[in-house]
Amino acid sequence: MKFDTIVEEDIDILVCGAGLGGTGAAFEARYWGQDKKIVIAEKANIDRSGAVAQGLYAINCYMGTRFGENNPEDHVRYARIDLMGMVREDLLFDMARHVDSTVHQFEEWGLPLMRNPKTGTYQREGRWQIMIHGESYKPIVADAAKKSADKVFNRICVTHLLMDDAKENRVAGAVGFNVRTGNYHVFKSKAVIVAAGGASNIYKPRSVGEGAGRVWYAPWSSGSAYGLLIGAGAKMTQMENRIVLARFKDGYGPVGAYFLHLKTYTQNGLGEEYESRWWPSLQEIVGKEYLDPELSHRTHRPIPTCLRNHAFIQEVNAGRGPIHMVTMEAFQDPHLEEIGWHNFLGMTVGQAVLWAATDVDPKYENPELTTSEPYVMGSHATGCGAWCSGPEDLSPPEYYWGYNRMTTVEGLFGAGDAVGGTPHAFSSGSFTEGRLAAKAACRYIDDGKADGIKVSEEQINRRKEEIYKPMETYRVFRNEITAGSVNPNYINPRQALDRLQKLMDEYVGGVTVNYMTNEKLLNIGLKKLKTLQEDLEKIAADNIHELLRAWEVKHRTMTSESVIQHTLFRKETRWPGYYYRGDFLKVDDANWHVLTVSRRDPETGEYTMEKAPCYHLVEVDKDKDKESAVA
Amino acid sequence: MPTFVYMTRCDGCGHCVDICPSDIMHIDKDTRRAYNIEPNMCWECYSCVKACPHQAIDVRGYADFAPLGHSVRVKRDEEKGVIAWRIKFRNGKKDMDLLAPITTKPWGSATPQLRDAEPPTQEQRDSQLLFNEPKYIRFDEGDIHTFESNGLEMRQGVDY
Repeated sequence: MKFDTIVEEDIDILVCGAGLGGTGAAFEARYWGQDKKIVIAEKANIDRSGAVAQGLYAINCYMGTRFGENNPEDHVRYARIDLMGMVREDLLFDMARHVDSTVHQFEEWGLPLMRNPKTGTYQREGRWQIMIHGESYKPIVADAAKKSADKVFNRICVTHLLMDDAKENRVAGAVGFNVRTGNYHVFKSKAVIVAAGGASNIYKPRSVGEGAGRVWYAPWSSGSAYGLLIGAGAKMTQMENRIVLARFKDGYGPVGAYFLHLKTYTQNGLGEEYESRWWPSLQEIVGKEYLDPELSHRTHRPIPTCLRNHAFIQEVNAGRGPIHMVTMEAFQDPHLEEIGWHNFLGMTVGQAVLWAATDVDPKYENPELTTSEPYVMGSHATGCGAWCSGPEDLSPPEYYWGYNRMTTVEGLFGAGDAVGGTPHAFSSGSFTEGRLAAKAACRYIDDGKADGIKVSEEQINRRKEEIYKPMETYRVFRNEITAGSVNPNYINPRQALDRLQKLMDEYVGGVTVNYMTNEKLLNIGLKKLKTLQEDLEKIAADNIHELLRAWEVKHRTMTSESVIQHTLFRKETRWPGYYYRGDFLKVDDANWHVLTVSRRDPETGEYTMEKAPCYHLVEVDKDKDKESAVA
Repeated sequence: MPTFVYMTRCDGCGHCVDICPSDIMHIDKDTRRAYNIEPNMCWECYSCVKACPHQAIDVRGYADFAPLGHSVRVKRDEEKGVIAWRIKFRNGKKDMDLLAPITTKPWGSATPQLRDAEPPTQEQRDSQLLFNEPKYIRFDEGDIHTFESNGLEMRQGVDY
């Protein structure tokens, strides 16, 4: 096992992970840092990496201010309502005021955006979504990033961030290994933008065997956004806010276009509308402020995604499943039928494969839906991620420390899933966050904040030893047994992943317990996770591919620990339908209308938790009227 | 759905190995042809299927829920800027051809080189603007949105 050490010196901006967030960061960094050295480290191949690897059939975040459709604050309110109030409204507003310029550039780069033939505007799927032919979305944006970057290192699994040995709590680059050659890569950089992915596969999936790969969110999304940031001691926020998706059963095909554009709808196994029967009891949990069906009906105020999940779950538990998507009406229109199929082929081919395999023709049969296992991420209808500074012109003091999208570690920035409190960014919003982080990172360097960084040989060598330890463990203990995978000295990455998924499922609110947990269960889960972490020190990899899987499960476990700590901390059930705290089965605004913020001490592994205030955007005038009315 | 590789069509060129986002398409040392080493980490994203120059890779639905006898085939053409799909049902009753554009520009021609762009001014650096803004936000004379321009402010506490 002799691997070379390859050092890339004098990088200005290192982008870790080149999905939509990372490509946006690399692209924009070149404009503000035309003389800067910009390097991308990507775990796969930038042309097909990240959650958008197989394409998208819609861009889910577009204001349409150009066409007079929405203003940024409209989107902020939407995200706030959907996430039961728990969002960072400065970051959301900032993303929303820039996102249209991102989308307009995509169109210029050749991404086929559909137009409404009557109005000339982009073809709306819903209020925020526009329809695209996005099979090549990722290669197109990758092309822009490749032109901006000095170097793109494909197939580098970044395992750790490098820290400055001269100044505490300042980033200095990253390290990892090449999953093809096995070589050790050291990136010394003045600023780092972590744009890696959230976490699939930390909860036991509904599927078994081969089908375990058919997760809703990409199986290669290994929680590295969180593993890297938590490992560096960055503060995290809203990590308890995992997401559960109501999707087509088994294939997890998207439902957005079906609901919004095709106007399909759901019903229970008896053919009845079922949601409204659950609203009165749910209202007792969340209060009328968060669930007001009459108001929603009148004003089109959306009912939060988690609450609709709740009705789904309750209806199935009441024995009136399965829940069906009623497609038989819409699919009689050949044009809509074609859109229904294109929608899958553009972003979830597996759903088309499944319907072909099971002879489900939605024209003649209403397909089944299901609720998924939970996922931890920060760009869909959920906002897990790092506690980041907002922009200077928008953020209140608690949310601002100098550089937009900078974490609490100096010089360490986030984009996409890495940034907490910013749900509903989706692809375009993640790319936009990357752009914002890149501009701020250039400024950080220009301000001289990265001067005098030192990285010791000791740190580089220590990380190297740590990275390859699973291969060493395998080498030492493999021949103690005759053959096979059962060894008393080590576990392999798959065995570790299975153990993680089982404990997260059973103790931290997975599918087999109907998303239910409580303090006792969480503490048992935490205890089991700690012993898993001890065993991860003895994880074994018999080749470079397994070494990749070993580091992925380490990042997933680090993410999971944070999820448990945050779930323990928030003593309420803020998002019924995502998860339930059985010991605090209510929304508790008096105590918990706050953002949860954590820090794991990199030296001791100890967690500290705190509450951060929740600020909301309000109209200036309306506010004053209210005050005078009270007076 | 996990991918598999037809023995007679694969020549071991490695395009699939190069593109797979999950690092599961590898070359078998004995046959010197590609295969899926870890089907339960396959997202059926079709990246390898599209990248194969010999149409040697196909997909067979996950064994735990997809019966045999179906087919979803694809041909992606960057020159022509289109992707063609064919879906065949297990019972043979449905056989669909679907075609979609993948780009509106000659492939790889339309993304800019920002190193050559007009350098930003200090004023732009000090502003909240990104590249091509404010023009690209609205395509009119309007400026970027701020709390002030939109009559908004932040207030701490509970608001719905």
